[in-house]
Amino acid sequence: MLSDHFSGIEGISLYPVISLIFCFIFFAAAIYKVARLDKKYLTRMENLPLETFSENKNNSEMINEVTQ
Amino acid sequence: MQAEKFSYDNQIVKQFMIAALVFAAVGMLVGLIIAIQLYLPDLNLGIPYTSFGRLRPLHTNAVIFAFVGNIIFAGVYYSLQRVVKARMWNDKLSQFHFWGWQFIILSAAVTLLLGITTSKEYAELEWPIDIMIAIVWLAFGANMFGTIIKRREKHMYVAVWFYIATFVTITVLHVVNSLELPVSLFKSYSLYAGVQDALVQWWYGHNAVAFFLTTPYLGLMYYFLPKAANRPVYSYRLSILHFWALIFLYIWAGPHHLLYSALPDWAQSLGTVFSIMLIAPSWGGMLNGLLTLRGAWDRVRDNPVLKFMVVAVTAYGMATFEGPMLSLKSVNAISHFTDWTIAHVHVGALGWNGMLSFGILYWLVPKMWGTELYSKKSANFHFWISTLGIVFYAVPMYWSGVAQALMWKQFTQLGVLQYPNFLETTLQIIPMYIIRSFGGLLYFSGLLLMFHNLLMTAKNGKFIKDEETEAVPYDREADKLQRGLIHRWLEKRPVKFALLSAVVILIGGLVEIVPTFLIKSNIPTIAAVKPYSPLELQGRDIYIREGCVSCHSQLIRPFRSETERYGEYSKAGEYVYDHPFLWGSKRTGPDLMREGGKYSNLWHYLHLEDPRQMSPGSIMPRYAWLLENQLDTTTTASKIKAMRTLGVPYENGYENFANRDLSKQAALITEDLRKSGAPAEADKEIIALIAYLQRLGTDIKVNKAGGK
Repeated sequence: MLSDHFSGIEGISLYPVISLIFCFIFFAAAIYKVARLDKKYLTRMENLPLETFSENKNNSEMINEVTQ
Repeated sequence: MQAEKFSYDNQIVKQFMIAALVFAAVGMLVGLIIAIQLYLPDLNLGIPYTSFGRLRPLHTNAVIFAFVGNIIFAGVYYSLQRVVKARMWNDKLSQFHFWGWQFIILSAAVTLLLGITTSKEYAELEWPIDIMIAIVWLAFGANMFGTIIKRREKHMYVAVWFYIATFVTITVLHVVNSLELPVSLFKSYSLYAGVQDALVQWWYGHNAVAFFLTTPYLGLMYYFLPKAANRPVYSYRLSILHFWALIFLYIWAGPHHLLYSALPDWAQSLGTVFSIMLIAPSWGGMLNGLLTLRGAWDRVRDNPVLKFMVVAVTAYGMATFEGPMLSLKSVNAISHFTDWTIAHVHVGALGWNGMLSFGILYWLVPKMWGTELYSKKSANFHFWISTLGIVFYAVPMYWSGVAQALMWKQFTQLGVLQYPNFLETTLQIIPMYIIRSFGGLLYFSGLLLMFHNLLMTAKNGKFIKDEETEAVPYDREADKLQRGLIHRWLEKRPVKFALLSAVVILIGGLVEIVPTFLIKSNIPTIAAVKPYSPLELQGRDIYIREGCVSCHSQLIRPFRSETERYGEYSKAGEYVYDHPFLWGSKRTGPDLMREGGKYSNLWHYLHLEDPRQMSPGSIMPRYAWLLENQLDTTTTASKIKAMRTLGVPYENGYENFANRDLSKQAALITEDLRKSGAPAEADKEIIALIAYLQRLGTDIKVNKAGGK
């Protein structure tokens, strides 16, 4: 029933291909971007929850520490 | 740049924590009561307010929105302030959020017990409460974004992304699924009907699990697990992938709740495919959590907080592997409608949500009261009885789920059902129900132990209402990092981040929902299907009020074992006037799709009065009050009018005569009952319910008879 209806749409076979390409590009781009992230930035972000004032470090010191 | 002095608001965190603890007790106690009612049905004491059908939504709502909800808010308010280095944007808004949410919970508790419900799972609350939820939720969002915007930390930590995605998605889900037409102050009909209503509901239901029970908790995991272990998250790269992949894929998976249903096949297949793909990000997240403890596993041995968190993350891994397996059609054919689903959700709820919550609370209370945990021994004991509680809960439920499914499907050599009487299969699993409630009792006892431990901890310390701190304000000029620009650019802009999250989650929803609404051939109309008569419509609303849908499905899957037992399988076109749909998700009792004409009116009358009169050993509660309650016919006209507005073809002006037809039909049923010797009265609710039950599924039967 549904396939009858869908087969009436011109170029329907292209739709799943487009979806697949879209999905692939989304994840490929995400992986590429993530792989290229700056190591210093990553270290800083990883440590973000662990920073506390009581440890006598404010964030400017942390930034200097990590980015230098 | 000079560091600024400011303080974190701990008061709001404390309030949400206390509320979470109180409602955890309520929600779990109600859960325990209904677990016992499944083998002692008279435990409802013969009154409507404590019957299974009304308590079950109270249990789910209390645990999800009151316990987990309040933990989410406590955790978000604590961690958000600290990772963005700013006090919550507006203290008054925080208070409005807190009291608004608690008021919603109380309104929910009262209305659900009164039988005021939309019957849509996890979205049972009626329209005035839905509006309150929207307002309070937006206040939470405004407060969160206000805080993020005035932050002193340039980048948003991964936990914050999860909080933003939660806010955005829940807003969309709540609005779309709650679209309903009010009939009166406490009654409304879903804007959608039948298959469409089912699809929207399970798109919502599935994603309520995803974006209320999962994404905010993952945010909490990314903050509290590194804090408790005192080491950074294993891989920040993985967390970025985890986030985008999870929110992109999750939203598509809803239709896996409707496999073998009348939903178009293509939508079912999409649901399955995306569910399988979900294993990757889910396990990515689980591994990221567990590997955060690399090199620190020895600390798990003597740190109860880490113990709770490790079991929580492991339970998350188990549940997110099991979920995709359950979405395979061949597995779902067995698991669906059985206790297997109950086991699955409780591994998630008790394991993932419960254990992570306990871990967070044991970590937070000593921190916020500036002291040590009162008793580590007690926390350790709590850990063990909770873990055992989960085992005693889940294992019997898996057992009973599989056992019952196999009995439902068993044929004899002669080709007839081996257990044609549904009740036979129920009686076999009663021992499992008893063991399950023992598991629940263990888990609940652990909660009480934690109450005591946390209370004593708080007593020993002094609550730090405003935690003084200082931080250097966010300096845009200082940003000299060059690589990996796109994502960093994005996460510095919370509003754009939220919009992109919205786009990502909307893709899946739109692809699935829009065609189901637009393509007519998805729901073929059946000429024989007619709108409900006024009496049947009133009866249907009683069915909704009593929560019959909690235990009875109205969906016959196209299996021989089901068509033999229940009759012709369900067609999409049969539900076109069902606002809301009542397919159900669990068969504690048999399916009622083709109940009409199966038994006499007298059978239903006596069965509702006391099910054990007709089916000895039945675990269904008595509905004796239906024999006493007067049917409220003043609402008939407004109900007919509302249904017509929604597209049900009642003739114009029919509402003026509807009660005349109602009385006629009621008189016929009453006469039949009286002839059979039952002291029935035409104006009682039970007559309407019988009319509805006798109508169920008869359109197709009529069609068949006409065709012969």
